[in-house]
Amino acid sequence: MEQQEEGRRDFMGMALGAWAVVGGVGALYAAKRSWDPLPSVKAAGFTTVEMNDKKENELVVEKWRGKPIFILKKSADMEAHDRDVVMNGSRFHVSIGLCTHLGCIPAYQSDNKEFFCACHGGVFDVSGVNSPGLPPPSPLEIPPFRIDGTKLVLGESGPEYKKMLDAGLTV
Amino acid sequence: MAHFDDKAMPFGNKWMDERIGLNTLKRVLNTEYWIPKDINFLWAMGMVLAATFGILVVSGIFLLMYYKPDVNLAFDSVNYTIMSEVGYGWFWRHIHGVGASIVFLIIYIHMFTGIYYGSYKRGRELIWLSGMGLFVAFSAEAFSGYMLPWGQMSYWAGMVITNLFSGGSLEAYGLVEWIRGDYVPGDAYLTRFFMLHVLLIPLAIIGLIVLHFGTLRLPHVNNQEGADIDYKESAELWKAGKKKESKVIPFSPVFLSKDLFVMGVYFIIFFYLVFYNFEFSMDPVNFDPADGLKTPAHIYPEWYFLWSYEILRPFSKDIGLIAFGIAQIAFVFLPFADRSPNVAPAHKRGLFNIWFWVLLIDMIVLTAMGKLPPTDPVFAMIGLVSAVLFLAMGPLLVLITMFEKKIEKGA
Repeated sequence: MEQQEEGRRDFMGMALGAWAVVGGVGALYAAKRSWDPLPSVKAAGFTTVEMNDKKENELVVEKWRGKPIFILKKSADMEAHDRDVVMNGSRFHVSIGLCTHLGCIPAYQSDNKEFFCACHGGVFDVSGVNSPGLPPPSPLEIPPFRIDGTKLVLGESGPEYKKMLDAGLTV
Repeated sequence: MAHFDDKAMPFGNKWMDERIGLNTLKRVLNTEYWIPKDINFLWAMGMVLAATFGILVVSGIFLLMYYKPDVNLAFDSVNYTIMSEVGYGWFWRHIHGVGASIVFLIIYIHMFTGIYYGSYKRGRELIWLSGMGLFVAFSAEAFSGYMLPWGQMSYWAGMVITNLFSGGSLEAYGLVEWIRGDYVPGDAYLTRFFMLHVLLIPLAIIGLIVLHFGTLRLPHVNNQEGADIDYKESAELWKAGKKKESKVIPFSPVFLSKDLFVMGVYFIIFFYLVFYNFEFSMDPVNFDPADGLKTPAHIYPEWYFLWSYEILRPFSKDIGLIAFGIAQIAFVFLPFADRSPNVAPAHKRGLFNIWFWVLLIDMIVLTAMGKLPPTDPVFAMIGLVSAVLFLAMGPLLVLITMFEKKIEKGA
């Protein structure tokens, strides 16, 4: 009799426990989804930039998905790089202006012709390549772009961007 | 049913005792909770911390009445509404800012007192571990609160700290975006850190404080000599009126009156800072509204995080992150890294004494270096050496304490 009662009590505990586990996993999933970026945030998407009016060795900062985008028209004395966006014979450095170390915005020093990050002392050249031995582990990232005449559309992947991606020039 | 006295005065002592065991509660928590006599003012830091937490809660409640967790409204709700419109709004804000800074000073004093006197050793491991839990919770509370005014330092500190979760070369940006709820810190980010700051983390802190007190009850508070006191014998002596012969005093009212004296001195200094010298807790850069397109020239955390920030800084990204990760959890392992059986103050433990002071000085040097810009090579070198030294202190402790001579104690 006593044993039978114990068995029934155990059953109640296990039944409730099992359902609680199912409910708990479900609630965890709901909690995870609640923390996801909202669809409206994800959809906020494309920035179009006119490239004709840019001056050499003068950094222009655009905004795309809340992030700063560096656009630097290269002058003739600056070394060409496969990372450059070539439009109508001009070479542009285009990148997400966040240090690949921890995401500060490096400042462009037009006399040294380099980007300097004040947070932890990282340095990038005019092609966005990081100087070795400093905290940033990789070059500045290139945002997805598509060339549309004299305009650059950020957020869409054109053939030039895909080529860079395949060549491993950006992530 | 239990016996209830008809003649007991409602809400009087007897009436309450019959209903919620008031006298038992008083006896267990106050009059027969024994504290050693052989202690100094450093033993009052626990109650000082509890009182400071209380003050942070009260000032926070008043700030909560006017604060608006919205990227377009937050900055003005703090810097305009609370600071210049709300009657005495500045008062709550300065209490909250100064309190958040000073609470860490007391936490560090409390922690290093524990290390110095060996108060984390056998029997007291859970006190140490729950205390470390509180340190983590307070750190999270401080960070989430720092986001709320939505100034430049809020934004960029949020950017840098959440980026740590990308795990360096793991490039887990999906995780970073999930934590933020956005590609960069934005509205969803601000509201979730607001929730953490005003509800979830304070709840965790209150729970951990209860646990911290609970872990103290059986092993008792340590004393200046680390003496193993016979509490039963000493308690009997006290209760028999032989107060001189007893080695212990009751928590309340005797020990508490000592606590109240230290608290009195502490609060004079505290409110002097609140009224006349609050600037140290208010970073001028954070009085510029958050701007995602402009990084401040030099980003640094509040002073209490500088030592661990400096451990991150001198290395390359991955090694820096690993070093930083180790530094964050290093102190948790103290009760197990210290192999010596001696519960004694550091000055009686030979090499451990040197280890203690080197650790303290190293952390002060790291703190000083963390505040400096990353450009000076001499300071960068000092920072690197101090960071490496900090990481070496753990293995050194194991080695030193393994060979520590056992102290014979009469007490």
